[in-house]
Amino acid sequence: MKTGAALVAALLLALNLGALVAVALRAEHSAGWGGADWAALRFTLWQAALSALFSVALAIPVARALARRRFGGRRALIVLMGAPFILPVLVAVVGLLALLGRNGILNDLLGLVGLPRLQIYGLHGVVLAHVFLNLPLSVRLLLQGWARIPSEHLRLQAALGFGGLARFRLIEAPMLARILPGTLGVVFLICLTSFAVALTLGGGPRATTLELAIYQAFRFDFDLGRAALLAAVQAGVGLAALLLLARLALPEAGAVGMDRPAPAPPGGLARALDATAIGLAALFLLAPLTLVILRGLPYVAGLPPVIWWATGRSLLVAGASVLLLALFAGLLTAAALRRTWPEILGASALLASPLVIGTGLFLMVNPWIDPQRLALPVTALVNAAMALPFVLRALIPAARRAEADFARLSASLGLSPLAHWRLVLWPRLRRPAGFALGLGAALSLGDLGVIVLFAQTGSETLPMEMHRLLGAYRSGDSSGAAVLLLGLSLGAFVALERLIGGRDAEA
Amino acid sequence: MTNPTLATGLLSALCLAVPATLPLAASAQVPELRVLTYDSFTAEWGPGPQIEAAFEETCGCDLVFESAGDGAAMLARLMLTGDRTEADVVVGLDTNLTAAALDAGLIAEHGLSPDLDLPVAWDDAHFIPFDWSWFAFVYDTTRVDTPPASFAELIDSDLSVVIQDPRSSTPGLGLLMWVEAAYGDEAPAIWEGLAPRILTVTPGWSEAYGLFLEGEADMVLSYTTSPAYHVIAEDDETKAAALFDEGHYMQVEVAGIVAGTDQPDLAAQFMAFVTSDTFQSIIPETNWMYPAVMPEAGLAEGFQGLIRPETSLLFPADEAQARRDAALGVWRDALAR
Amino acid sequence: MLRLEKTDITLGSFRLQADLSIADGARVAVMGPSGAGKSTLIGAVAGFVPLRSGQVLWDETRIDTLAPAKRPLSILFQDNNLLPHLSVFDNVALGVDPNLRLKPDQRAAVMQALAETGLDGLEARKPGQLSGGQISRAGLARVLLRARPVILLDEPFAALGPALKRQMLDLVARIADETGATVLMITHDPGDARRLCDEILLVADGVAHPPAPTEALLADPPPALKAYLG
Repeated sequence: MKTGAALVAALLLALNLGALVAVALRAEHSAGWGGADWAALRFTLWQAALSALFSVALAIPVARALARRRFGGRRALIVLMGAPFILPVLVAVVGLLALLGRNGILNDLLGLVGLPRLQIYGLHGVVLAHVFLNLPLSVRLLLQGWARIPSEHLRLQAALGFGGLARFRLIEAPMLARILPGTLGVVFLICLTSFAVALTLGGGPRATTLELAIYQAFRFDFDLGRAALLAAVQAGVGLAALLLLARLALPEAGAVGMDRPAPAPPGGLARALDATAIGLAALFLLAPLTLVILRGLPYVAGLPPVIWWATGRSLLVAGASVLLLALFAGLLTAAALRRTWPEILGASALLASPLVIGTGLFLMVNPWIDPQRLALPVTALVNAAMALPFVLRALIPAARRAEADFARLSASLGLSPLAHWRLVLWPRLRRPAGFALGLGAALSLGDLGVIVLFAQTGSETLPMEMHRLLGAYRSGDSSGAAVLLLGLSLGAFVALERLIGGRDAEA
Repeated sequence: MTNPTLATGLLSALCLAVPATLPLAASAQVPELRVLTYDSFTAEWGPGPQIEAAFEETCGCDLVFESAGDGAAMLARLMLTGDRTEADVVVGLDTNLTAAALDAGLIAEHGLSPDLDLPVAWDDAHFIPFDWSWFAFVYDTTRVDTPPASFAELIDSDLSVVIQDPRSSTPGLGLLMWVEAAYGDEAPAIWEGLAPRILTVTPGWSEAYGLFLEGEADMVLSYTTSPAYHVIAEDDETKAAALFDEGHYMQVEVAGIVAGTDQPDLAAQFMAFVTSDTFQSIIPETNWMYPAVMPEAGLAEGFQGLIRPETSLLFPADEAQARRDAALGVWRDALAR
Repeated sequence: MLRLEKTDITLGSFRLQADLSIADGARVAVMGPSGAGKSTLIGAVAGFVPLRSGQVLWDETRIDTLAPAKRPLSILFQDNNLLPHLSVFDNVALGVDPNLRLKPDQRAAVMQALAETGLDGLEARKPGQLSGGQISRAGLARVLLRARPVILLDEPFAALGPALKRQMLDLVARIADETGATVLMITHDPGDARRLCDEILLVADGVAHPPAPTEALLADPPPALKAYLG
């Protein structure tokens, strides 16, 4: 067990640090840092900042409305807010194109009333997609802030007759001041390493992120030195953002959607505004997905064979990735019961972006074997490493809590380590494990990242084929593939959550 | 939770799955010729399927296409794989890229001297041209009344244009050379002027042309011969290429033998096939370019109404290569603003 | 006889010393101010708190070197005595076989313990479906089943109402009668001590004092106990 954890630790360190070292060594031989590279750095920071700002700003009224209103379907809506976690980025992109593309429904409507058409390529598109993907996360994080306003404070303000302004200034604003920096930081960090969105919606040198620039240096210029230099800069930016984030208070994961007695919220205009905020958010999140499904469903059966082959490969990669993930997470969680290093190590996977690790791995294996032969195994490994922080965040606290609650009991009863694992830890862990591994499977299935550096003809995954269809403007087939990918991701998530989590497992 | 044996099994299956898709030349009874080419060449409607069928009729071999995005990305792929490449023949580089491929030692001599019908003289020991055309901006006549007649007019218009990334796509690189050839030192100013007109930059020709057909842009960088496709295949006369006063840069697409091929005889046979009447009569109405050797049956009528630029621009291969990096820097900086 | 011989427990700046014996079959209430070290003392006997020096002896044999499960005792904690995902039956059965592979006669013994603690018909329920009193009963059923000579109670009934608590204390008394066990129970309530225990072990000012008869001690409490009782 101990050696296992140490081996996993060594592997993860090799993956992260090894990649960074390989990248740094190679970057020295680069041609240098040009104007377009500055532009990529600027664009990366700028789009991440805008994405974070818009996601969080829009999330405030939605979270506020959800926190204080009770209505049918509220719980379902909150659950739905978690869905974009497992939504493959490309599916979101296809949905947004169907809604907001040149020939999307919204533009048709705008055209009917004689307004200029919206433009989805470039900065707008990238930011829009990021808001779509991160608004739900922001809402959920902020909801937790509202959930932790003590109900006594709400009663107090009702008893003292606070007006709307006083309520905001005295109760909500201090909470937001605590929670907003962390929320902004999380979204910023996520958008910093955005690749698939920039690849599909970014347009040319004007809308190139560092991750996309790494890819282009690789696949277009075959300039490994430049790719390495860009990767080094990306890693530096990521590290800086991570250090910054570590200083910010993050809302803890916890009870969301509390239904505790609180004074009735104000009616009238406030009520109408809340309804509008919730309605618009639901429309913004649901419309693209509905369009994808409506448009794509008729095409699923007629998808060309290459898509089905790619689907098989994707399932294989996701399966291997989940097994690796389970192995890593199991060993590290066991080690984390006594020590703190596994947590820190797990989080360090956030340090290097997928394309940085991909670049590093490519440089490391290139002298020995044809990296393209390793496309699928490398993708499975990197996907597992990328999902590990999330899994450990779910497992380690649960394991520690189980241990704190029951370690003495199982010691006093003389449970063997195996019985302790089977009777005490596993029943407490299977729910978070099912959730986290389901998430890992969905992430791996939908991933379009490191694979693009390594893949060759014959090893394309479903997201890669989808990207190709998207590029060829086969909107029917790409919607069909999107429905397939969406179904697989959701299916894998639900199946693993049920299978591992157990239907009636109690936490 | 974890079953290590199952995990190991799946992983090794994964590792095996990849090599398994590669050719097992030794055990295969029919020798295999792998042709690396660009995406649209192998599309159902492209020349690939017909050429594969025609060549396999005579060669007693299995012709397998391997596609790698657009033309320029193909070269990056060749360099990336280096000596490990499985490809025997590469089809679809153009004269702006041949020098780089030669410098990298990727191409073997073909030893042929075919008769060609090119508008330029051709004498090259490594590459054989298979088609050619002029780059041009294609537009929809129902949406654009008066197309621009020069880069200057395009800059002053309010039209939106889709172009391709010169690092991955041969038309994209062609436009770079077009502006270089027409404007020389003034190229940066032209690019700065063009930048606001450019809706987006796609990695390949297919993506850009698809965007244009979907109505996302008013014009697309393509070829003077592209409208022939709409006339002949779709009976649609609404697509046209804009004639520019500066003259039009030419593209000559070539085929070459990959230096490390393990099928030199088959590769040579394919190179001879490239200029054959069979191959050449497939090209015009699948790749929508002018054939390098005029087929006996001539060209379909749809090709007659196309614009014919009076001035043809084309850098020799080594000059194109010499200008590429600087021109690319200008392009990136202008468009990154 | 349970004996703590010159035991010294040091946890950071906290220190507790004890040198005392508890007679077989005695029922001892452990009392003292909050933070004095009552739970620490019980933890040391049970094997969850290491000794700095001294020994814990049972029948002249050292037990402080044994793993908690090897010691001749059963313990009930304040909370978490039951695993929430196991049925009441399984939770009690953990007392005979931690791997839950029971022979027929062992199954019968579990059912017997459940019956004696008033849990007939509830064996299939999960702890979440039980009342507070039933949860306590289930814990006691396991104590009964294990039939160890020492029972340690770390305030397991603190959250129950007065009537229910009395029922539980009587149940403990019955179990102790049946098994002849020595009982050590932490409590804040002199009423509890009177009801169940014949002796009080006072923990105060870093020392666990030897037990003294309940009535005598409560009638004329030493200063520390007096301050605590108020």
